[in-house]
Amino acid sequence: MKTDIAPTSSAAGSPPKVRTRSTGRAGDKIFLGLSRGSGIALLVIMAAIAAFLTYRAAIAISKDEANFLTAFEWNTSSSPMRFGIAVLAYGTVVSSIIAMLIAVPIAVGIALFISHYAPRRLATTVAYVIDLLAAVPSIVYGLWGALFLVPHLTGLYTWFDDYLGWTGILSYQGGAARSLFTVGILLAIMILPIVTSVSREVFRQVPKMHEEAALALGATRWEVIRMAVLPFGRSGIISASMLGLGRALGETMAVATVLSPNFLIETSLLDPGGGTFAQNIASRFKEAGNDGRDALIASGLVLFVITLLVNGAARMIIARRKEYSGTAA
Amino acid sequence: MSTVVDKNARHGSSLQQARLPGWAPYALVVVSLALGAGIGTALGMGNPFQMGLLAALVFIVASYALGAVVEGGRQAKNRLATSLVWVCFLLAVVPLLSLIWETIDRGRTVLDGYFLAHSMEGVQTILPGGGAYHAIIGTLEQVGLAALIAVPIGLLTAIYLVEYGRGRLAKAVTFFVDVMTGIPSIVAGLFILSFWIIILGFSYSGFAGAMALAILMMPIVVRSTEEMLKLVPDELREASLALGVPKWRTILKVVLPTAIGGITTGVMLAVARIAGESAPIVLLVFGATGINNNPFEGAQSSLPYYIYEQWQLGNEASFNRAWAAALVLIAFVMILNLVARGIARWKAPKSGR
Amino acid sequence: MAKRIDISGLTAYYGTHKAIEDISMTVEPRSVTAFIGPSGCGKSTFLRTLNRMHEVTVGGRVEGKVMLDDENLYGSGVDPVSVRRTVGMVFQRPNPFPTMSIFENVAAGLKLNGSYKKSELGHVVEKSLKGANLWNEVKDRLNKPGAGLSGGQQQRLCIARAIAVEPDVLLMDEPCSALDPISTLAIEDLIGELKERFTIVIVTHNMQQAARVSDRTAFFNLAGVGQPGKLIEIDETERIFSNPSVQATEDYISGRFG
Repeated sequence: MKTDIAPTSSAAGSPPKVRTRSTGRAGDKIFLGLSRGSGIALLVIMAAIAAFLTYRAAIAISKDEANFLTAFEWNTSSSPMRFGIAVLAYGTVVSSIIAMLIAVPIAVGIALFISHYAPRRLATTVAYVIDLLAAVPSIVYGLWGALFLVPHLTGLYTWFDDYLGWTGILSYQGGAARSLFTVGILLAIMILPIVTSVSREVFRQVPKMHEEAALALGATRWEVIRMAVLPFGRSGIISASMLGLGRALGETMAVATVLSPNFLIETSLLDPGGGTFAQNIASRFKEAGNDGRDALIASGLVLFVITLLVNGAARMIIARRKEYSGTAA
Repeated sequence: MSTVVDKNARHGSSLQQARLPGWAPYALVVVSLALGAGIGTALGMGNPFQMGLLAALVFIVASYALGAVVEGGRQAKNRLATSLVWVCFLLAVVPLLSLIWETIDRGRTVLDGYFLAHSMEGVQTILPGGGAYHAIIGTLEQVGLAALIAVPIGLLTAIYLVEYGRGRLAKAVTFFVDVMTGIPSIVAGLFILSFWIIILGFSYSGFAGAMALAILMMPIVVRSTEEMLKLVPDELREASLALGVPKWRTILKVVLPTAIGGITTGVMLAVARIAGESAPIVLLVFGATGINNNPFEGAQSSLPYYIYEQWQLGNEASFNRAWAAALVLIAFVMILNLVARGIARWKAPKSGR
Repeated sequence: MAKRIDISGLTAYYGTHKAIEDISMTVEPRSVTAFIGPSGCGKSTFLRTLNRMHEVTVGGRVEGKVMLDDENLYGSGVDPVSVRRTVGMVFQRPNPFPTMSIFENVAAGLKLNGSYKKSELGHVVEKSLKGANLWNEVKDRLNKPGAGLSGGQQQRLCIARAIAVEPDVLLMDEPCSALDPISTLAIEDLIGELKERFTIVIVTHNMQQAARVSDRTAFFNLAGVGQPGKLIEIDETERIFSNPSVQATEDYISGRFG
């Protein structure tokens, strides 16, 4: 490295860049070009994903004899094809909602446990283990779900049927518990780590002085959490949940292993049946012909759009939170 | 003084509050466990988990009631919150421990040297035997290729965003990196399928899978690298620039070396993340029972795919193989995680704080 | 209901580290007592033992007695939560709850204890804000976030929040160190008014401030780094600043060290 800080006049133009040797300039240009190019490549990939999926989906939908949005069938092997996403949309949304209803309160609880309740050493261990669990591959959750969780849920479902079967949505006819509700439980377990670690991060950022302010007013621990921690972390919890929701919506293999799919909307959440976008794609792919693949791509495009919306909303909440805490600080 | 204030003053005048003794929660735990087991047996629940749930319920209700009677509403609410939080923790630990335990317990029955060194070529699927060698090779090659594609693009993009990025392009890139993080793996697979296989007419291969994995990996690399580069203090950059070193050399010689520990961690975590992806593999690599060392030609297998495939076969021997492969996969991912976190701790960036 | 505080033999720890050792003193009611001393002498730690905030810190532990009139704050069966409600505190940096409005901030402590009618609450909030000399500045925007005020206004908001629950004692931990001179003056004037109703203890780095606002001054010092802080002397402020009985106090006040 040479340091020829000669008092040349060109230095005035760009104060930090005193050096004017042409090799430096060329190097800078190449390097900037490369890194900017990578950024652009990323944009191109995103655009290509949208474009190619839309293109193939358009081909498939134009060949669809049934209503793509409302039909209760998926028949792509015969011609003309008849397929619709109603069942998939229902299954995806319902299983994800069940997952959120179970996972979010528990995840917030664990996050509070780590940040405010557990003895320090236990807290760090738990936080570490939760982070590691986020790394367990989804297919392993699927395997565990199919071979361990499903057999262990029949008892619970029978109990539900005995006491809540009259509601209709919680009746259970027996047989393997490979239903949307089981999928919801499994998804809840799967997204628990991510929702927990994002919420925990937010709770940890609550300024100590706000908690002390509450304490000094004579608040109990729970009141400190209600006055200082939860209001500060609310948007964080929301965005953590949305990130979890994004994962749950797109989860493929775990659902494909656990669910026993059919193309009906069952009244009961506990009886086997239904399907999700991602599961349907993975399960039918091997048997699908060329047209069938396009039909699956069309359903994939819908999933893509849904997850985009959910994640976009989550990001917007996070961004707003940043601005907000920026002015407050 | 208003009546409100009087009420407070009277309340504040006595610091003595009726309180439950310190050992009360522990005693309550024992009592609720006993009650849970007792009632559970009486109702004919065979399942210890259900009894545990019952015990937790008893504990929550009892500690609230006791608190309300002895200490008053506010303390009771506090106790309720505490017990709920503990129950959340225990509730979450149960399935997660069970998952790890099942995988280890059932995976080790067939996991041995033979399993790691043989493929499924010519193995009767309903009989024991065979292994996951071909799947391990497939995973290593696909993940390696994906990293080769994703790491340079990810790194350079992060450098662009942190070191150069101003204006609308940088904003757009930041936004779409976030969007990309949320792409479901199956959608990434569908994209490569439509573009590489349907339109360009290539056949199924490990490389096709690797491209989908690369799409999933890129945003993770960008995000983590960005975080690390931001931690490099500006003083370092300015010191180097002030010596007349051009910007690109400053980045290569000063900024990157400072952040290299964190960047490595990020890359390894990203690798661990995509190594477990199975959905794109189902669509793009198609699965094979024999060894195929060439990721650019013909179908391959991969560990996640192997687990799925063995599970689908639906017999005891294949379940055992699936668990063994799951154990191998978890071990691989966990080791990557542990090493990555180790590096992060060891080479923690000096943030100047 | 301003009360007298009698501290005897008070020692506080952070884990194994002894932060302050064997402090005994009396804080008179309806007066301002200032704590001064070099950084690290434990004056803030000592302040935080007076409303049991010290034990909130990880590893925080206290030995000794703090009598509030005739009740020991560290007696068995004493609930730290009720202690903190009786002994209010204002912190170094203004810390209004960022998600709450000005009104909600002042009402926060009251809402903890049971339900109030909106009108009652409004009455107390107005009274407290007036007590903190902030009412005229904020009466038209009670529903705006408290974080939108200036630093000095925020600190007075925190004082209003603390006095809304009518504590017996008000502790102030360097309440002006984050403020500009004009806001500081406003707070000092306010302290002068508040001492009519409360027992006030203030920690300050600023000796002129101690001289201006306090009736009595306690000087703390430590023998060296890592040593526990100790009370050197406490006396009428005038005496401490004109004719202290200990040499170290004089050295500190005349700027010879610290």
